Amino acid sequence: MSAPLLRQPVFNVESLRGQFPILATRVHGQPLVYLDNAATTQKPDRVIDALAHYYRHQNANVHRGVHHLSEVATSAYEAVREKVRRFLNARETREVIFTRGTTEAINLVAQSLSGHWLRPGDEVLISWMEHHSNIVPWQMACARTGAVLKVIPMTDAGEIDLDAARRLISERTRVLGIVHVSNALGTVNPVTELTRLAHDAGALVLVDGAQAVAHLPVDVQAIDCDFYVCSGHKQYGPTGVGALIGRASVLERMPPWQGGGDMIRAVRFEGTEYTDLPYRFEAGTPSIAEVIGWGAAIDWFEDLDHDALRTHEDAVLRYAEERASEVPGLRLVGTAARKVGVMSFVIDGVHPHDLGTIVDHHGVAIRTGHHCAMPVMERLGLPATARASFALYNTRQEVDTLITALLAAREVLA
Amino acid sequence: MFALKDLYQEVIVDHNRAPRNFGHLAAPTHRAEGFNPLCGDRLTIELAVDADGVIRELAFDGQGCAISVASASLMTEAVKGRTLAEAEPLFERFHTMLTTAVEVDLLNGDDSLGKLEALAGVRAYPSRVKCATLCWHALRSALHGETGATTE
Repeated sequence: MSAPLLRQPVFNVESLRGQFPILATRVHGQPLVYLDNAATTQKPDRVIDALAHYYRHQNANVHRGVHHLSEVATSAYEAVREKVRRFLNARETREVIFTRGTTEAINLVAQSLSGHWLRPGDEVLISWMEHHSNIVPWQMACARTGAVLKVIPMTDAGEIDLDAARRLISERTRVLGIVHVSNALGTVNPVTELTRLAHDAGALVLVDGAQAVAHLPVDVQAIDCDFYVCSGHKQYGPTGVGALIGRASVLERMPPWQGGGDMIRAVRFEGTEYTDLPYRFEAGTPSIAEVIGWGAAIDWFEDLDHDALRTHEDAVLRYAEERASEVPGLRLVGTAARKVGVMSFVIDGVHPHDLGTIVDHHGVAIRTGHHCAMPVMERLGLPATARASFALYNTRQEVDTLITALLAAREVLA
Repeated sequence: MFALKDLYQEVIVDHNRAPRNFGHLAAPTHRAEGFNPLCGDRLTIELAVDADGVIRELAFDGQGCAISVASASLMTEAVKGRTLAEAEPLFERFHTMLTTAVEVDLLNGDDSLGKLEALAGVRAYPSRVKCATLCWHALRSALHGETGATTE
């Protein structure tokens, strides 16, 4: 029983920050305050070292060679599949399909389901707060199949209208695509309840977990969704890697989406026999280094004390919202009861783009714009918002710097 | 280090707070919309061009950041009373100022951009060049008889 002793007993944010070399950067002469974590998180030494180690000592193509390096690379690559399974609590390792990221995973599902699952008149249901990546692939699937896209409305606070969802889910609903955590607002959606409602109607359910995996414990079996998709780079891993977690019984009935090497059993000009899960959906050489780097990120992340981590993240977000109320003319956008990681806001008389430029001069990196969620902006009657998004290495002092910078922006423009 | 006040000069702050020629014309001869898909900003340009090709009146409406509003406001002042043939090269010189390292001092004499030179600071912010040129793209669309322009 010595394993628990290996865990870090307290959440020491300063020691954690020391593991992220980029956080020592200075921007415009000021210490970097990186608050654009919903776009991508920074990477700890352990991930950067894993990438370098792979290229220095392990680089070879996977699943192909009998030579030593290919065996080493294949075993390191496949070990991550099991890490991802454990991290998200999927049933089987073969239910983990590596993709370039969340966007590619959704495109895989939408395109494959177009082949056998969607028919004219069927309905694909998504919500008003989806990222463009969970809208556009479904529009394309509808255009291919004659299915119809339906949208669950959201409230002024930025929450899913559950009564409307109950009305919209019917026997015509074949797919529900729903975001776990909104990238524009931070809302945590009741994905387990929505999955149950959609399943009762006979639909398949895809949950977009891009913003969730770094902030919430995710258990795909508890949610009971058919597809869960996420990206490594929003969870302290490299860009260019993500996963589709699919229910094996559903994936087995789905046609492949991309053809090529690694996804076949036998190729003849008369016809090709496809191989089994998960390789059937992984045509071509995958992002081997990035997968291995993501594995390092998961190991690193799982070693942290997650109760302390969540307490810290919640406290920083609450502190930010509290301090934001001191800025004259500032209005929070997205005030859901359950939020993680994101503070979206507007300030009277100061356009978000100007805010972004001015706070950058204080070293503060925030995102401004529509956050790839134009329908959310339209619903709220805003062209854009400013968004500060947090990771486990952010501190109250950084929030203070943000607030000082926002007050300075008001000084310049309002 | 590039100072923030070089970007948000007094002229820009002033034109953002109180944009000139803001609103609509009673009888426009030309009209176009500008859209910046990156930030969602939209603006409308309306012109009243007379038989000699002179821009007699113009107005703009819409919402945007300080750079885009100030740029549109300054543009309306800069092209009012000019001919269509004069407006296009003005945009070219303005665009050159924002996208190359040419010092503003070199743009004197006939090439002077006048008050538009207040926007020279945008040069240090490549992601903001589209904010400053949105109105000009819309103006060019209107002059060419098109109805819209995007900065993409």
